[in-house]
Parts: sequence; structure tokens; C-alpha cells
Amino acid sequence: MRFVLTKIGLLLLTLWAAVTLNFLLPRLMPGSPADAALAKLAQNGPVSPATKAAIEAQLGVPTGSMFDQYLQYLGNVATFDFGVSYTFFPQPVAGLVAAALPWTLVLVGLVTIIAFIFGTLLGVLAAWKRGTWLDTLPTVGGTFASAFPYFWTALLLLFFLGYVAGWFPTSGAYGRGTTPEFSAAFLLDAIYHAILPATTILITSLGGWILGMRSTMINTLGDDYVTFAEANGLKPRTVAIRYAARNAILPNLTSFGLALGGVVGGSLLVERVFAYPGVGYLLYTAVTNQDFPLMQALFLIITISVLLANFIVDILYGILDPRTRR
Amino acid sequence: MTLTDKSPDQKPATDVAGPAHPLGVLWRAVTTIWSVPKARIGVVMLGVFVLGALFAPLIAPYSPTNNDFGRSEDMTAAHLLGTTAAGQDVLSQVIYGARVSVFVGFIAGLFSTIIAVLIGLSWGYLRNKTADVINFIVNLFLVIPALPLMIVIAAYLQNGGIGMIILVVVITGWAWGARVLRSQTQSLRSRDFVTAAIFSGESSGRIVFREILPNMTSLIVGSFFGAATAAILAEAGLSFLGLGDSTTISWGTMLFWAQNSNALLTGQWILLFAPGLCISLLATSLSLINFGVDGLSNPRLREGAKR
Repeated sequence: MRFVLTKIGLLLLTLWAAVTLNFLLPRLMPGSPADAALAKLAQNGPVSPATKAAIEAQLGVPTGSMFDQYLQYLGNVATFDFGVSYTFFPQPVAGLVAAALPWTLVLVGLVTIIAFIFGTLLGVLAAWKRGTWLDTLPTVGGTFASAFPYFWTALLLLFFLGYVAGWFPTSGAYGRGTTPEFSAAFLLDAIYHAILPATTILITSLGGWILGMRSTMINTLGDDYVTFAEANGLKPRTVAIRYAARNAILPNLTSFGLALGGVVGGSLLVERVFAYPGVGYLLYTAVTNQDFPLMQALFLIITISVLLANFIVDILYGILDPRTRR
Repeated sequence: MTLTDKSPDQKPATDVAGPAHPLGVLWRAVTTIWSVPKARIGVVMLGVFVLGALFAPLIAPYSPTNNDFGRSEDMTAAHLLGTTAAGQDVLSQVIYGARVSVFVGFIAGLFSTIIAVLIGLSWGYLRNKTADVINFIVNLFLVIPALPLMIVIAAYLQNGGIGMIILVVVITGWAWGARVLRSQTQSLRSRDFVTAAIFSGESSGRIVFREILPNMTSLIVGSFFGAATAAILAEAGLSFLGLGDSTTISWGTMLFWAQNSNALLTGQWILLFAPGLCISLLATSLSLINFGVDGLSNPRLREGAKR
């Protein structure tokens, strides 16, 4: 229990730091993003005082002391008041983010879990069959594939399987003319649209898991208890899986959370290529239109999601490995 | 413990067991990397890219910005990889594009590594409250997703060009190396030779940078290649999103223009294929060299070593 409480305390501290970083970023930058934002917003018609105040609080127009601005900003974040987007005027930023978030969460979440499982299995195999083709192929292939820029893999799949072969849809998360609903037909359509983006993320992120698992597994295989198990005449398969792999997974799990940040970053580029309506595509839209309120809110929500995922992995790690609970 | 009886010209005893001549160390590192087949392939690949970048004006058939040619031409003898939608020679652009990637990778990798070494080593050596604060900051930079942070900073510093890209890559890229170097410093600081150096009255700065640092050459080289790979991929990603200076000729901007000029619809696959392949090969070459670097610090990862 004390372990969980410590972790929760650390999570809250990190969340606070991330929120504060988000507050400081626009204020550290040269020029005033808030003035640019207000000027752009004014093109759409008169700006209500409440909107103006929200944008100023978020992007930092010097009204009141820095501390007052900070308090007001914290209040806005706590009530999910991120101001109004001017790309999608007059929709509030919070609603836009809420609509985009599920697409990315499901896509990245599922693919990451699949990649972790497959990558770990291949890594175990590579370490166990070291020096054979079962080792060389996944290691070299994984190294090469993880050097692919995410957006390049996406472009190639889009071109060859989308445009040339015509097997998969080339953009969006569901067919034109359908509206999101909970029906089997819609679900199948959504899965069909997700195959290319998911394959892209899988190809590019798999190599990292293979290499990480292989390396920890090789270290574990050198441990005395593995030699002891071998000397006892246990079946090689039992030694590999029940003894070595089981313990090698744990250190690999800690890199799960850190790698997630990279996968989320990559998925942003993938979403841009496939015009997939998740947070990545929305962030791209916000950046190209200099929609600072939307951009700030998206950065915050992406960071918080990654922090929470890390927190869950930390707790899981504590459950799996009692030694870390001390 | 005082050492007042020591004459000033007497060298500390640890210098005797200190590292060999710097060039000797470098040569040994190079031969160790070269002895690993995977790393050897990486060194050759990297060499090709670096030479291509250095001698681009001699190798490239045309100027990369010359747009006097036909638009979106297919592969011909005059234009081996065809021309872009703006009428520039694709092959020349690919060759010149190596300059930006190699430059950004080298400079951003170097700066990230310098910061990682300074922070990682002092953080690993210190055992007080400061270490806890640094720990928190480094972990924060590790968990904050780098690319979104880069995108946000780049969006504020509009069209800053290569300098801006290097800056954002360094800001987001140093933490990983710092953490790796810190844990190695922590394990080295309890070794006998460090204790001996402390007792012989050496200053903390000297112990960290003259006694501990040389023992981590392989890790530092490794984190340099890691940071350079990340920098190359980040530059490509940011340029692809159009966040750099889109008039620079780089592989990322080539892909940016390829997607924006609908090369997908016109079927000019080479326009997508060539720049992306170069990014991947350059990044792969650095990862391959890192296989040899791993072998320096961890004999178990050396090729052909028995389990």
C-alpha cells in the first residue's frame, strides 16, 4: 500500500510539472502567441470578453502578476476550460480533444500491446537460439525496421496497399457517409480503416521490443540459477521460458512506459499520413493553422496520457516484482 | 585525511594506472567496433553517406534547386530518379539531402551527448538532495513524449530552419543518455580506483572527468550514436510536417513536398521511396555501429561469445 501511495504522490508531482511546463512554454517563447491567437480569432468576428480572458490566461498576455495568471490557468485546466479553437470556430477546445482522443487511445493502445507481446516472444527466441538465423533475422530486421521513419512506412503502405493495390481505404477512420455508432457493421468498418495505420506502428515499434528483450534475456541466461536449472537436466524449453524469460520480462517492462512516448510521437505522424481523426491529426491541423489554444491543450492531454500509462506500468511492475515494493 | 607530506611535483599514484594515450584508446575503440561484422557494415554505410554529403557538388548531376526541367518526369537517362513536381532533379536532391541529415545528426548528437555527460556524471557522483532534484527533472524529460514537445516548440519558433531543429532535438534528446551514464557512474564510484583517488586528495571534478569518464568511453560513444539517430529521425519528422524551413533541401522536406504535390496519386513512388530509404539506411548504419559499441562495455553481447 505504501508503494502505491508513493507512486501516486510521484504521479501527482509529475502531472503538476507537466501542467506547469505547458504554462511556461508559450511564455518562454519570443513574441506573443496570445496576440497572434487573438488577432486570428478576431477575423471570425467579435471576441467575447470571456473567450479573450481564457486565451490570455492560457497563452500568457501579461495581465496581473505571473502568479495570478498561473492560478487562473490551473483553475482553467482543472475545469477542462481550454478556451475556443479558432480553426474550428466557435467550438471549444475541450470538445474537439474529447472527440479525437478515443481514436488514438484505441489505435496506439492495442497496437502497443500487440507489439509488446510479439516483440517479447521473438526476443526470447532470438536470445535462446543465439547465432542462428532465428537470432539474426529478427535482430537485423528489427534494427532496420525501427530505423524507418514512421511516416515513411505509412506513406509506402498507403501508396502500395492503398492506391496501387486498392485493398485498403486511403484516409479516415470510417467510411464516408457513416456516423460513429455501436454496431457490428460500424465496428468492422473502423477496424478495416485502422489496419494500415496499425500495421505501420507495429512494423516500426516491433524491433525495439525484440532488441530489448533479447539483451535482457541474454543477461538472464548467464545467471547462476539458469545454469543450475540446466545442470538439473530440465528440458531446454522449460529453462528458457519458465526460468529465464519470466525474469527477463521484468526489466523490459520498465522500458515499456518510456517507449510509449516514442510510439505516441510516431503515431502522430502516421495519423497525419492517413488523415486519421485522432489527436495527432488534430495537432497537425492546429500547428499548421497556428491554433495555439488547441495545440497547448493537445500537448497537455498527450503528456497526461503517457504519464498515466507509465503509472499503470509502474503499479503492474510492483505487483509482478515484490522486490520493487520495498 | 591530509597529504601534506607529499611533495608538489609528485604525481598522484592513480595516474600510473590511468588510461593510455587518447589516440591509442581511440584506435582500440575503432578496431573493437570494426571486429564486429554488423558494426563493420554500419561503418561502411555511414562512410558512404558522409562522403556523399561532403562531395555532393561533385557527385550530383545538377544543382538541387535548379527547376528548369520538365515537371513530374519519370525515370529517364537524364534524370535517373525523375524530377519533382517543381521540375527539380530528384537524384541531385537526394544527394544534397544527405548534408542536412548528416549535419543535424552529428551536431545535435554531439550537443545532446555533452549535456548527457555533464549531467549524467555529476548526477551519478553526487549523493545529496541535488541528485533527487536532477532525478526528477531527467525522469520528467524521459516521460514527456519528445515529438509532441518538439512540434509545439517548433510551432512557436516559426520557420526557424536547421538551427531551430537542432535546438529542439537537443532540448528533448539529452535525458536518455544522462540516465544511462548516471547508472554506470554510480556503479563505478564505489570501485577501488575511485576510493584511491578520493584518498589521494583529488578534487571531485577531476575524479569524475579524469578517473571515471575514460572508463565509460563505450557508453558515451553509444549514447552519441543513439542521440544522432534520434536527431536524424526527428529532423525528418519535423521537416515532413513542414515545421522546418521548407525551402531547405533535406530528405524530410522532399517527403513533405512529395505528399503535398500528390506524388501518391501521380504514381511517382520513387519520390517517396528514395528519401525515406536514405533516412532509414543512415539511421540503421548508426544502430549497426552501436552493436559494436555494446560489445565494448558488455562482453556478453560480443559476437561469437559463448553463453
